[in-house]
Amino acid sequence: MTEIVLEARHASRILPGEVPVTLVSDISLAINHSEFVSIVGPSGSGKSSLMYLLGLLDVPTAGDIFIDGQATKALNEDRRAFLRLSHLGFVFQFHFLLPEFSARDNVMLPMRALGRLSEAKQKERAEDLLAQVGLKDHAHKRPDQLSGGQRQRVAIARALANDPQIILADEPTGNLDTASSAQVLAMLRHLVDEHRKALVIVTHDLELAAKADRRVTLIDGKIVADERIAQLAGVAG
Amino acid sequence: MMLVFDIALTHVRSRLRQTLVGILGVATGVGFSVMMASLMEGSQHDFIKQLVDALPHISVTDDRRVPPQQPAETAYDAVDYRSLTVETQRRGIKNPFAIMAALEGWLPGMVAPSVQTKSIIRYAGRDLAVSVIGIDPRREKKVSQLVTQMKAGSLDDLYKASNAIILGDGLAAKLGIRIGNNITVTATGGQVIRAQVVGLFHAGVKSLDESQAYVLVKTAQILSAQTGLINELRIRADDAMKARELASLVEAQTGYRATSWQEAHEDLMSAFQIRNVIMLMVVGAILLVASFGTYNIISTITHEKTRDIAILKSLGFREDVVRRIFVLEGMIIGLAGVLLGWLFGYALCLGLGLVEFKSGFTDATRLPLLYSPRHYAIAGGVALFASMLAGYLPARKAASVHPVDIIRGAS
Repeated sequence: MTEIVLEARHASRILPGEVPVTLVSDISLAINHSEFVSIVGPSGSGKSSLMYLLGLLDVPTAGDIFIDGQATKALNEDRRAFLRLSHLGFVFQFHFLLPEFSARDNVMLPMRALGRLSEAKQKERAEDLLAQVGLKDHAHKRPDQLSGGQRQRVAIARALANDPQIILADEPTGNLDTASSAQVLAMLRHLVDEHRKALVIVTHDLELAAKADRRVTLIDGKIVADERIAQLAGVAG
Repeated sequence: MMLVFDIALTHVRSRLRQTLVGILGVATGVGFSVMMASLMEGSQHDFIKQLVDALPHISVTDDRRVPPQQPAETAYDAVDYRSLTVETQRRGIKNPFAIMAALEGWLPGMVAPSVQTKSIIRYAGRDLAVSVIGIDPRREKKVSQLVTQMKAGSLDDLYKASNAIILGDGLAAKLGIRIGNNITVTATGGQVIRAQVVGLFHAGVKSLDESQAYVLVKTAQILSAQTGLINELRIRADDAMKARELASLVEAQTGYRATSWQEAHEDLMSAFQIRNVIMLMVVGAILLVASFGTYNIISTITHEKTRDIAILKSLGFREDVVRRIFVLEGMIIGLAGVLLGWLFGYALCLGLGLVEFKSGFTDATRLPLLYSPRHYAIAGGVALFASMLAGYLPARKAASVHPVDIIRGAS
């Protein structure tokens, strides 16, 4: 099945000013269900900018972003916020957990904001998600009582809180040691294989990018390559 | 809403010391506002009460708001009149007892006749100008607090001597007069009587205690050189606060000028109004200054929590939800401050109530305080509103944070 869940159509983002800065230019990219896409490129190539556009954190100056076939550019900020809450999950390089909240409360945040589940169900789901990322016994701990890898795993659990179709991860292993990186990566892979999520990772790490199904290379804000990893492996083989 | 409250509470707890300072700031503002309002209104009420007790609520006198027209004015259609011999009107209220009976038929209160004269009291070679009021003791008891204000003697003692007189204690003290002394009373028309002092009263208002004296109606009529004269009807309304409305009805019915105690002290009432405006401004300023503390705290929190705001917004929290978090933080500080301030204000009032105080104007021995829930409600309401506003301004800024700017900066 190749159902498109996230799509950029001729999307550009230009920062206005005396000398306008082009972050990304004319990006067209379609991401399907159960697809693991890595976006790679040198620093300043526009990887993160593209992710912010795909994650509806930023608005393209030209073109549009489609979530489940729905154009988003014309939507107001409240509607875009709702789509972020219900359709998208974010994992950033820095865990970005609320420091005063426990791991469980952090995971519950998106569920509480969406309000679809009762409080009991929210707690149950948060604990279940923390168990899935191996932090069953750390639910009550605050972020400062967890290691870097554990925090990132809490962030992954939080990204899954509202069962979104799409997970967007910006350098998710960028701050982790090798062992923690491997754990996080395995978890992300699991999301695609078992939970049929579409996963988009922005990374410098070519080794991490190689674990994806598809690799999109950006240079100077433009897609210069969009390749299937299996094809690359075949070429290499 | 619970989520917003949880986040807000977590934020204010994370800056506990600053939050406590903010709460204390609001509490101090509210406490002093309550105390000030209580003191200001208390003194106003106390003063008005003394006035109301000391004077008739409504005074119907034998003059009219518009001077009566002269016969020539009604007879001739002229622009102006010169050297007109005016018609002399007989002093006093016509048919006073018929008017009293008519008023008592509908008026919620009591009516008593009196004769107002201006006289000079002479004793031991000293003279003092006074108002001598002729009263009917039996009726007077129903329209004034004179009975309860008697320091020595009683109203009925006026019947015990041929020209008995009751003086204000201040007046007696000035001239060195004691009960039983005989004094000379000289009316402005020249009539002179020898009167025996049979009582002293103390109204509590210095100006009255030093310038008023009571005699029987008959004695006052002798001083006025007019038998049967009644030039004032003294009315005590069941509800003193309705005196103004009743006075206009009485005036419409009788045609005579009816002056309520409010009208008689219009200048004082205006002064009270100005005083209240000043009080409200000072109270407002106190609470405004207190809200600066809240503004400072919320601003600091929003500055410190910029990253959290970016996280919440990236997760999908709407701008208005973020704004509500910080407004609520202001209100949490405000509410805690208001509750504490109410206790503080009450304690201040209790403390002030114990302070001994002597006024030259009235004889209150303690600071007059008025305990009213209205003071607490107003101070609390204004403080909460100011706190909400103090939270809103930084909240608006916080809600406009663009998550991408923060996320980029962090990475």
